[in-house]
Amino acid sequence: MAAHLASNELHLPKYVNMKERVAEFWKDEGTTVSPKKHTMQPIVTGTSVLGIRTKEGVVIAADTLGSYGSLARFRDIQRLMKVNDSTIIGGFGDYADFQFLMKLLRQQTIDDEVVGDGVYRDAPAIHNWLRCVLYNRRTKFNPLWNTIVVAGKNYGGEPYLGYVDKIGVAFEEKTVATGFGSYIALPMMRKAMDENPDMGVEEAKAVLKRCLRVLFYRDCRSLNRFQIGVVSAGETSISEPMSADTDWSIGANPSGYE
Amino acid sequence: SNFIIKQWYQRRVVITAGGFSFDNCRRNAFMEKQGITFPTARKTGTTICGVIYKDGVVLGADTRATGGSIVCDLNCEKIHYIADNIYCCGAGTAADTEFTTRMVSSKMELLKLRTGREGRVISALRMLKQYLFRYQGYISAALVLGGVDVTGPALYTVYPHGSTDKLPYVTMGSGSLAAMSVFEDRYKLNMEEEEAKALVCDAIKAGIINDLGSGSNVDITVIRKGEVEVFRPYQVVCQKSQRQGDYTFPRGTTVVTNTTEMVPFSALQVTDEEVMEL
Repeated sequence: MAAHLASNELHLPKYVNMKERVAEFWKDEGTTVSPKKHTMQPIVTGTSVLGIRTKEGVVIAADTLGSYGSLARFRDIQRLMKVNDSTIIGGFGDYADFQFLMKLLRQQTIDDEVVGDGVYRDAPAIHNWLRCVLYNRRTKFNPLWNTIVVAGKNYGGEPYLGYVDKIGVAFEEKTVATGFGSYIALPMMRKAMDENPDMGVEEAKAVLKRCLRVLFYRDCRSLNRFQIGVVSAGETSISEPMSADTDWSIGANPSGYE
Repeated sequence: SNFIIKQWYQRRVVITAGGFSFDNCRRNAFMEKQGITFPTARKTGTTICGVIYKDGVVLGADTRATGGSIVCDLNCEKIHYIADNIYCCGAGTAADTEFTTRMVSSKMELLKLRTGREGRVISALRMLKQYLFRYQGYISAALVLGGVDVTGPALYTVYPHGSTDKLPYVTMGSGSLAAMSVFEDRYKLNMEEEEAKALVCDAIKAGIINDLGSGSNVDITVIRKGEVEVFRPYQVVCQKSQRQGDYTFPRGTTVVTNTTEMVPFSALQVTDEEVMEL
């Protein structure tokens, strides 16, 4: 730090970098001083979540895989969560952050129950709450690395399907998909809705199964084991894990690359 | 003698050197640091695809060419002629796909004259991949090559770095995932021609509707043994809408407050003239 000046150099005051000064000061202590960083990367991740809103109700689907980078590490995780009788949410992205959100939502449901008036938060309320939380975290440069799909109904019983991003992007749509699903499944879901706008819950489930099959073909981080959740007037439930039939006969003819 | 051999080798190397000269890279990096922005290459930001059906190959493409986020060309042709029985769809930088396919088309014609036989798709494939590999991916041409030759129908993809795939159905470009979702859902071996055309059209439409880099119309080329059918366009997806209002004002809208007579130029008289010496 001490400047050894040549005799013919001008000694002018120069800007002092405080960070450098402090780092220099603490150098011998073996610690480095730097501003607090939130270097983020998702660790255990879930892939696409798909949702379709029909006039009868909302259908949401996600596979049961928690990937650890390129390793298919946890093959039996629940990425769909029933918050209460009016809402199911699906989580894409970091699974630890999703578990954190699930814990908060579970507590909220308990709080609603404790009040005892029979009114529980509906899907739009949960969607809005998630948007506030996620946007707030991104503003503090410490995001919850998730994209959440909120499937449910509002107080009037009308089906509701919402999407919230890790940067706080939030919207409501008839068809919603996260991650790879937005490139591969969303075109298929949109086409199905355009061709058959009055489809029912069973038809929507069939569309989602087709989408999940194509995702299994084309998304490296997917698994052929998924759950489908339904929120309709009659039921709010998440199915047991199931698989789609796949056809690998294309690979039967040996072809090579030329 | 060592020196002479080295000189000979160096001269040989200089003569046969191909590829790009990277001399300007340092200059470009300096300019970039100065804050000078470079013009963007015109990309085709595309959806292209191909399927093999019972009698041959169906190739499809959209028709939008983009430069950044501006649509440069609403109706460009992305299915290029290679030979009478071989066509190639191109995605990536428009200039690269155009010139690469034209170069290979010339070479195929020369080969046809040399051998006296109809060209094979595999020959075009070899030429394309050996050319693109030599340029290490700097020629940004992602191609879907299809045709019917003596060995039957053939469909390949060529990536900018020079790798190739041989598959019954392929998609390339920014809309490739949307198109591939359609194929993975509905492709069957040995389809009929109408079925194959409908499938390719749906795949390109999925790209046109869901991908921002693709748009306008669906072009289709059907290649069978002995004949080729070009549909340009096969289907118009994005049609310019009719203007709702009429913006022409009727005569007399502007109130005339006063008129002055226009003096004709011929009535002007030159009063003073000064010619300057150069």
